[in-house]
Amino acid sequence: MALLEIRDLRKSYRSPDGTVTAVLDIPAFAVDAGEQVALEGQSGSGKTTLLNIIAGILTPDEGTVHVGDQEIAGLAESQRDLYRANRLGYVFQTFNLLQGYTALENVLLGMMFGVGADRERARSLLAQLGLGDRMDYRPRQLSIGQQQRVALARALVNQPELVLADEPTGNLDRNTARDALTLIQDTCTESGAALLLVSHDPAVLGEFSRCERLSDVNRAAMAQGGAA
Amino acid sequence: MTLLFIVRKSLRQHALSTIVTIMSVALAAGLVMSVFSLSEQSKNAFTGGAFGFDAVLGTRSSKLALVLNSVFHLEASPGNMAWKHYVDMKADPRVKHAIPYATGDNYYGVRIVGTTSELFTDYAARDGRRFELKAPSRVFGDAFKEAVIGSTAAHRLKLGLGSKIQPYHGLDFNPAMKHEEEYVIVGVLEPTNTPADMVIWIPIDGVFRMEGHELWGAGEKYTANAPEIPDEHKEVSAVMIQFKNSMQGLNVARSINRQAKDRTLAFPVSETVAQLFNRLGLITKVLEYVAYLVVAVAAASILASIYNTMNERRREFAIFRALGARRTTVFSVIVAEAGTIALIGSVVGFAVYACVFSATSWFVWQKTGLNLALDFSHPVFWATPLGMTVVGAISGLIPAFKAYSTDVADNLIPAS
Repeated sequence: MALLEIRDLRKSYRSPDGTVTAVLDIPAFAVDAGEQVALEGQSGSGKTTLLNIIAGILTPDEGTVHVGDQEIAGLAESQRDLYRANRLGYVFQTFNLLQGYTALENVLLGMMFGVGADRERARSLLAQLGLGDRMDYRPRQLSIGQQQRVALARALVNQPELVLADEPTGNLDRNTARDALTLIQDTCTESGAALLLVSHDPAVLGEFSRCERLSDVNRAAMAQGGAA
Repeated sequence: MTLLFIVRKSLRQHALSTIVTIMSVALAAGLVMSVFSLSEQSKNAFTGGAFGFDAVLGTRSSKLALVLNSVFHLEASPGNMAWKHYVDMKADPRVKHAIPYATGDNYYGVRIVGTTSELFTDYAARDGRRFELKAPSRVFGDAFKEAVIGSTAAHRLKLGLGSKIQPYHGLDFNPAMKHEEEYVIVGVLEPTNTPADMVIWIPIDGVFRMEGHELWGAGEKYTANAPEIPDEHKEVSAVMIQFKNSMQGLNVARSINRQAKDRTLAFPVSETVAQLFNRLGLITKVLEYVAYLVVAVAAASILASIYNTMNERRREFAIFRALGARRTTVFSVIVAEAGTIALIGSVVGFAVYACVFSATSWFVWQKTGLNLALDFSHPVFWATPLGMTVVGAISGLIPAFKAYSTDVADNLIPAS
């Protein structure tokens, strides 16, 4: 059964000179509950825009995005905020950790806007990800791999149904990237969360049983020769 | 909880600008508290400074000059009047106490006032207060070279029982104007928290007989050498009066101030002091406006310190939003941050007020012997923290709107 279901999704941007550029035109796309899917796309292909629409950060011009029984695109902004806070985990390419906060506090922030801070759960998750002795470290005191784990802990701490990962290994060396990817996949498997990961790295994409090219899914990219 | 957590983190993250802003708010809050509270406390202290005397009778002059000179022992004496006016007043059936003061000498800047022992033995203020002597003190003998000293004067001049003093002529200390007479201190007064604490009291006869003093009570010069000084030659600087019924003072004041050409009755004393404060009201008003201006500058500094961080914090707000924070949450974070800075600044402002109060009360005590009581009952002490917090929160509105309108997608970099 589909957890994420996209239908007739369109999104375009108006540039400063007035020209309108279609970025997304996706007739249909779905991810099942607990499924792990990789989307291949080059820079500027609209990957982040798609993830932001699924996350409710952006709204589409047309179309619907269902997550479970909730139609995200049609929700009011405050309801989309609530949906992000409670049902979604988002791992960013640059991790987007807050530098003034410790690892533990960064993870707690992932809960504060939704279910409420549960310090014990945050501690336990960080310990599970091998950061038991780094909870009070600030991001710049951690290695890239450790920062990645904090970002992952923050995304998973609310036990989301769907985890979005935007080039999560883009900043990592090959070995660290492989470890990080394994960690993301294993953790999502353990928690039962569906994973939608976008990347342009063949090594990453090769780790997924279902991998689709965004240019095959997105007609806007097709119209621009797959390079948009 | 979330709000407090984020506000606390943010304030710590921008510790330097937070501290500087808090200090500017503290200065503003302390200034507001000082202006409003000290003017009120000074007024209360000064209006209560007469130690129960209803009126002051003196030579023709302004009531204020009479009160300042004889009650607060400040400013120059408006002059002397004939002794018979004291005698008349003492004989007036409406008068309960009439006590003569003769001024014109000092000891290292502390005024020496000649009076009668009645001030310490018989006189009581309407509220029952009396001049109390510290054991084993006693009141001076009216015919001896003895003195009673106020508590502040004793403390300041380091004088005690048995100390000997030689008065200096004039109200201001001049080492060249030393009198030959020597007075022994036989009494030290308990503190009264009135200007009387800053006075050395001697028998009025001693003032008449002080070497170099001339008496003009009869209109011609008289030097008091004889064992008995005829009353017609005596002079008095002021007569401190307590009426049997304070309502009667109005009639006495009306008849003296309208009919007598050579005398003025300042009645009631508290009203004369209040009039002084009303005259000073303009200065107080100006100080109030200055305080408001400093509050406005403090509010602007809150705005500037937060606004300056907004660019670097856009990503932070975008991350909050991406994690599910509502627009209103990030808006509230900034308003709460501004309000918190103002609140902390106001609390620190109490310390600023305490410093200003200490300096002011020390100055007033040194000059007048009046103790300003550290009193937090004035409404300014709850209104200032409340008002500053509201003003602070309002000054956070502009940066808060900026945070509110932060575009999440644009600020979650990089996009691919």
